[in-house]
Amino acid sequence: MLEIKDLKASTGDTPILNGLSLTVKAGEVHAIMGPNGSGKSTLAQVIAGHEDYVVTEGSVEYKGRDLLELAPEERAREGIFLGFQYPVEIPGVNNAYLLKAALNAKRKHHGVDEVDAFEFLKLAREKMALLGMDPKFLNRGVNEGFSGGEKKRNEILQLAMLEPELAILDETDSGLDIDALKAVAQGVNALRSPDRAIVLVTHYQRLLDYVEPDVVHVLSGGKILRSGDKSLALELEEKGYDWVREAANA
Amino acid sequence: MTTETENIESLVNRRYEHGFVTDIDSDSLPPGLDEDVVRAISARKEEPEFMLEWRLRAYRLWLEMREPTWAHVHYPPIDFNEISYFSAPKSDKDRPKSLDEVDPKLLETYDKLGIPLHERARLAGVAVDAVFDSVSVATTFKEKLSEAGVIFCSFSEAVKNHPELVQKYLGTVVPQRDNFYAALNSAVFSDGSFVYVPKGVRCPMELSTYFRINAANTGQFERTLIVADEGSHVSYLEGCTAPMRDENQLHAAVVELVALEGAEIKYSTVQNWYPGDENGKGGIFNFVTKRGDCRGANSKISWTQVETGSAITWKYPSCILRGDNSVGEFYSVAVANNFQQADTGTKMIHIGRNTRSTIVSKGISAGRAQNAYRGLVRVMPQARDARNHTQCDSLLIGKDCGAHTFPYMEIKNPSARVEHEATTSKISANQLFYCRQRGISEQGSLQGITHGICRRSAESAQRQPRRRRRLGTVNA
Ligand SMILES: Nc1ncnc2c1ncn2[C@@H]1O[C@H](COP(=O)(O)OP(=O)(O)OP(=O)(O)O)[C@@H](O)[C@H]1O
Ligand SMILES: [Mg+2]
Repeated sequence: MLEIKDLKASTGDTPILNGLSLTVKAGEVHAIMGPNGSGKSTLAQVIAGHEDYVVTEGSVEYKGRDLLELAPEERAREGIFLGFQYPVEIPGVNNAYLLKAALNAKRKHHGVDEVDAFEFLKLAREKMALLGMDPKFLNRGVNEGFSGGEKKRNEILQLAMLEPELAILDETDSGLDIDALKAVAQGVNALRSPDRAIVLVTHYQRLLDYVEPDVVHVLSGGKILRSGDKSLALELEEKGYDWVREAANA
Repeated sequence: MTTETENIESLVNRRYEHGFVTDIDSDSLPPGLDEDVVRAISARKEEPEFMLEWRLRAYRLWLEMREPTWAHVHYPPIDFNEISYFSAPKSDKDRPKSLDEVDPKLLETYDKLGIPLHERARLAGVAVDAVFDSVSVATTFKEKLSEAGVIFCSFSEAVKNHPELVQKYLGTVVPQRDNFYAALNSAVFSDGSFVYVPKGVRCPMELSTYFRINAANTGQFERTLIVADEGSHVSYLEGCTAPMRDENQLHAAVVELVALEGAEIKYSTVQNWYPGDENGKGGIFNFVTKRGDCRGANSKISWTQVETGSAITWKYPSCILRGDNSVGEFYSVAVANNFQQADTGTKMIHIGRNTRSTIVSKGISAGRAQNAYRGLVRVMPQARDARNHTQCDSLLIGKDCGAHTFPYMEIKNPSARVEHEATTSKISANQLFYCRQRGISEQGSLQGITHGICRRSAESAQRQPRRRRRLGTVNA
């Protein structure tokens, strides 16, 4: 589904990704871990098409197509969803308005009838009930004045509504209380299917207790230094990252 | 919030759609400017002696003047000897008597512009005096207007048929020596529009002219003069659009409005010239002098402009509030994208007693564009009880663009009340990206976010008593 080869990307004159390769197949859940500032969010942003980051070398293929040629909104309509580490506030823009516009942009792209206000509300209320979210959030400005955890829940609501084929969740588990963490895990697990893939960027094992990854990667210095199965995450929790770096340098 | 803003939003980031060149044989003068060129223009237009003298005086004044450098814009130097100062469609020699005789290619051009001349004119009840490369080729609704006694014609026709009116009013609002570009225009203007509304007449329809620059390297020098006699009323719409070009083209128009006692003039501009491409190449240089003179008591002049084009815009529609109780208004929305530079604003000169002016300026900047508002409110010593309210709102999209506000106030009468409000809102690249990542188009995202900003600012304006920054308020 996603094939990244020797990817190098920089912002301004600063290189951040330094020859990163990663293959994610449909049906898989990958976890990406790594020290602060190692380039995890940058990787996510590059996949989503943020223009602050320029790809200088390498390639990214998605569903067999050159992903880097597509505009951010085209990538989204083709099924890529990024749960942001820091969801931005958009004052005055109704949460429901954004969700409905997003949903319909995607449906239109795929030649499916757009939902009307009534269908939309029904769907949104259902998903919110599943995630334990108060329906009043629909009428607030997008992330406007939301607490850290509420913002993350809002990302999951969007995820649940848009049902992407490739979901990249950048630390969606950070800053969540126990109930919210379970709700997030539930949202992610509900999405799991043979034709979808999920990439979880996380610092903690606790999310992985609920969502079992097929592959765990360690990203450091803009490269994947090591990949393994779910036991790698446990090992990292216990020993930190230094041993991975030392092993890579040796 | 306002429909005005909504329409504007959708214009941001739209590629220029009117980029094509009509292949009509033009009859142009070779590039360059000297007295002989001025004489040639006047001769070709078969002008009376007074017109030639007037042009020559302007030319001599222009020679003594320097290009202004103070506007907040940057552009390569213009070589005034590389510009051709006259170009008229060949068909000028045997003018069409009706639309059927109009060069079909010209009509096609209007079609491409989305102005099916006859259709739109008929449906909207608009009289269109179509200016095509400086010479009017089609004028409709003449009859209905002449029934009302309204004169609406090309400037050249006015010089021929109503020389006494032209001589009486030309240059009385914008004198030849007013500024560098006005002087240049006065010397070489090719054509334009002329309107005279007699005493007590309400013009039966909105008058409209579509300007279009077409011949390569031809500076466009339009001259417009609108005179509203006592107690009359007229509304005028100017629309502009230019085909895509690789070289920058100069445009230096002059618009003069005269409102006599109790008269009202509303002048609207929708400007949609080619702004240059994403890298700032091509596009129109637009240096325009527009001024209205509320000459009589209780008169009113109102400028409305929507500015979305031009590589460089330098434009300050102004009002001279000479008559007692006269009213001047300026409403402007300027959208600048890519490398566009807009430096616009207004001057309100209060001379009469109890004169009032209102300025509302909204600027939207995106890409690397620079938007500047420059406003002058001058209250003369004799202008008792003058009032002005100015409101400037700027919206910035992304981090590489800028908005600059330069309000100048010169208050020489202590009874004046002058208020200035300014707001700046920003749309960050991350907000845009967030929406686009959810599948919403760039334009849709911009619209949505701008909407949100407007909504919030409208709400906060309702909640709190109006926050006002008072500048130059002096209480006697
Ligand atoms: N727009 C930017 N401008 C300048 N530097 C940037 C920018 N984006 C990222 N960086 C730098 O690139 C490096 C990688 O950042 P990134 O956000 O990808 O890290 P991360 O792995 O997600 O870290 P964390 O675990 O703290 O979220 C950091 O050193 C960061 O400061
Ligand atoms: Mg990060």
